[in-house]
Amino acid sequence: MSRRLHMILGRVAQAIPVLFGVVVISFLLTRALPGDPAAYFAGPAADAASIAEIREALGLDKPLFQQFLFYLRDLARGDLGLSLSTGQPVMQDLAMRLPASLELTLVALGLSCLIAIPLGVLAATRPGSWIDHLCRVLVTAGVSMPTFFTGILLIYVFYYLLGLAPAPLGRLDFLYLPPPSVSGFYLIDAALAGDWQAWLGAAKQIVLPAITLALFTLAPIARMTRAAMLSALSADFIRTARAAGLGQGKILYGYALRNALLPVVTTLGMVFSFSLGANVLVEKVFAWPGIGSYAVEALVVSDYAAVQGFVLAMAVLFVLLNLVIDIAYALIDPRIGLS
Amino acid sequence: MTQTRRDFLKTSGTALGAAMLPFLKAIPAQAAGGDAMVAVTGQTINSLDLHRTGTNRASYQVAVNCYDRLVSFGTKEAPGGGLSYDYSVIEPELAESWEISPDGLTMTFKLKPDATFWDGRKVTAEDVKWSFDRAVSVGGFPSVQMKAGGLLRPDQFAALDEETFVITLDRPSKLTLPDLAVPVPFIINAEIAKANTTEDDPWAMEYLHTTPAGSGAYKVAAWQQGQQLVYERNDAWVGGPLPGFKRVVIREVPSPATRRALIERGDVQLSFNIPNKDAAELDALDGVDVYSTPIENCIHCLCPNFNFEPFQDANVRKALAYAIPYEAIFQTAAYGRGAPMWGGPAEITDTAWPRKSPYMTDMAKAKELMAASAYASGFEVPLSISLGLADWMEPTALLLQEAFAQIGIKTEIEKIPGANWRTAALVEKRLPLHLENFGGWLNTPDYYFFWAYKEGHLFNSSNYRNDEIEKLVDDTLHIPMDDPAYAPNVTRMFEIAFDELPRIPLWQPALNVAMNGSSDYEFWFHRQLDVRPITPAGA
Repeated sequence: MSRRLHMILGRVAQAIPVLFGVVVISFLLTRALPGDPAAYFAGPAADAASIAEIREALGLDKPLFQQFLFYLRDLARGDLGLSLSTGQPVMQDLAMRLPASLELTLVALGLSCLIAIPLGVLAATRPGSWIDHLCRVLVTAGVSMPTFFTGILLIYVFYYLLGLAPAPLGRLDFLYLPPPSVSGFYLIDAALAGDWQAWLGAAKQIVLPAITLALFTLAPIARMTRAAMLSALSADFIRTARAAGLGQGKILYGYALRNALLPVVTTLGMVFSFSLGANVLVEKVFAWPGIGSYAVEALVVSDYAAVQGFVLAMAVLFVLLNLVIDIAYALIDPRIGLS
Repeated sequence: MTQTRRDFLKTSGTALGAAMLPFLKAIPAQAAGGDAMVAVTGQTINSLDLHRTGTNRASYQVAVNCYDRLVSFGTKEAPGGGLSYDYSVIEPELAESWEISPDGLTMTFKLKPDATFWDGRKVTAEDVKWSFDRAVSVGGFPSVQMKAGGLLRPDQFAALDEETFVITLDRPSKLTLPDLAVPVPFIINAEIAKANTTEDDPWAMEYLHTTPAGSGAYKVAAWQQGQQLVYERNDAWVGGPLPGFKRVVIREVPSPATRRALIERGDVQLSFNIPNKDAAELDALDGVDVYSTPIENCIHCLCPNFNFEPFQDANVRKALAYAIPYEAIFQTAAYGRGAPMWGGPAEITDTAWPRKSPYMTDMAKAKELMAASAYASGFEVPLSISLGLADWMEPTALLLQEAFAQIGIKTEIEKIPGANWRTAALVEKRLPLHLENFGGWLNTPDYYFFWAYKEGHLFNSSNYRNDEIEKLVDDTLHIPMDDPAYAPNVTRMFEIAFDELPRIPLWQPALNVAMNGSSDYEFWFHRQLDVRPITPAGA
């Protein structure tokens, strides 16, 4: 076990140069953006003098290298700077918005797995049957409909026409108070506080955006499960197991699925990371205060600190995610070590 | 359960007000009428202090709703239905009365004796002095706006006694009094602010950024940046009639489609600044009231840049003006919301502004003018638009492109990201042909000309220079509107502007607001939501 811990620490150490590279590149890239934040934030009637004042106040009149050193110094203190577009410290913005995005993405992925994996397994065990076709139709529809369209369609049907869903006003209707922040996940925090009314409110709000995102992420997971199951089911060891007279359930779930899970987990990691950044449109439609729309807004106005903070946070998240996936591999397949 | 929430709120003092009470959970949004209103907007509020560097336009509403100024504007019927502020009437807000010396250089304000800040302390002239000092000292936009009214330095402001505040001007100006009614010179509780200053931050920018301290009609009960702002009525307000709603929730919803569903369902009572298309369609529905108020002193223009050689030829600029398909643009890009700015009379007899230009779509005349110019064989030019304003600029640019091709001007549409637009169009003024939409807060034509037609000024993105205009604007800017020189000067400006065409007027845009379950919306020149006059529907 201590060997495994050692390996994990090794993995984390390997991430440090990666993160430093991300810091340098994000710093240079944001500076390479053609916008002038000082002119933008000086406001509608500013003259050259007031733009210069603001440039000085933001430290943008200093040479690039000096700006970078200041940035590194602040970073070492855990200070990500101040976002100009939201007026808040970037750390505070991320602490508020990252959990919102993570909560939505995780719920959506959970939902997606609940549907996609059984669907993929069923489609693989009965190729060519109606369930295989259903899988294909669902997958094609999910991928081909853009998320903002699915989102607006769901709002139109379930909120506007049927009145079943609550008003799409973000994470929690304004009638409830957000639960005391422990994890930043409303569903967890509300449960911890024992505030079931707020929990129900948060759960109702998350249903439609989670379904929207789940429909989009369904396809890669279901397709990958089906393909991996098909190849696992035609493998020699399954034939041997069948010949040995093992039960269908044991063969399917005990041997085939466990072997098929490896590529599915890899896909899951990829889907997770791209949907975290790519759910901007879902966030916009459902007024979800997530990280994707934050990054886009910050980019549009050349808000350096916010963009850098976002890139860095995502880089850290990716490093962690890869670590988790590697550990998951080792758990699923004992042949894979962590070395 | 409620107890834990309350405890949490009391202990977490960051974005939430410490004394904030839990929301009434039992009242669903649609039944909230009478006490609470929910308004949705696509914009985000990024500060509760207008004077701070980087505070965006949407945040100006906090200065309007939570703070008082010395004076305010009156109310009149708006041209598009509903109400509008009235530039010609100045009304008391924190000041009870004021006197202007005969030479126009000294303004003496008497404060209302019963005016108090939210903490119960009396509003004194010292608070006014501190707040004005702050507005002229912090630099950036607030100081520029103060300068427009001739307010430049702290030594111009003095507190004579507890209730008497005096402004001394370098020269008399008709713009000073109206400039005191714009959102910028708001009165801050100076004692609270001073208690929260630091050596690096003598004006308490950090503190007031998240914690307003004023005397206005509403207090901020909660602010979650990027999500919502909750106003709670200050029942001790003396600045005007007590507002109709006890609590107003401003909720940020970026997607226009979602905002539309919310207002149609009646789950929110007001949707602010809706797209022209939604305004046109919602207007046809029962139950939803739409107000489209033409924005005063604002015109959407096509600007040919004098830096670009062909546009130095007056015939080319006039050819552009005759080639523009005005009606098609107005219907496609604005859905007919706002006011047409073409096809006016040739002779100018009054000082109304914005006004229709004497140009209209006349392709034959445009071709004639092109043939008479030095560029009869045509030329190529990029037509620049801002992606941040693509909703009206893109359809306009496409129609312009098609029309200009007919007179031999080949345009390529250049889309510039919102962040670079200001720098390229206004600061560097390097775009040969572009769309522009300046609107002046102070509603006089000479103020518009000051910003948009004087050489080097920010919104003169065409690099236009005309010696007569320079002199006319300088002569007219500060004289009263009833001065005998005013009307002739202004009409002369109009004549030159329409003849020389550094800006070709397209239409006057409208600010669209939809209401469902609330009424008495009032348009303001600052184009932000003033929640104070709004009342529950049927009240």
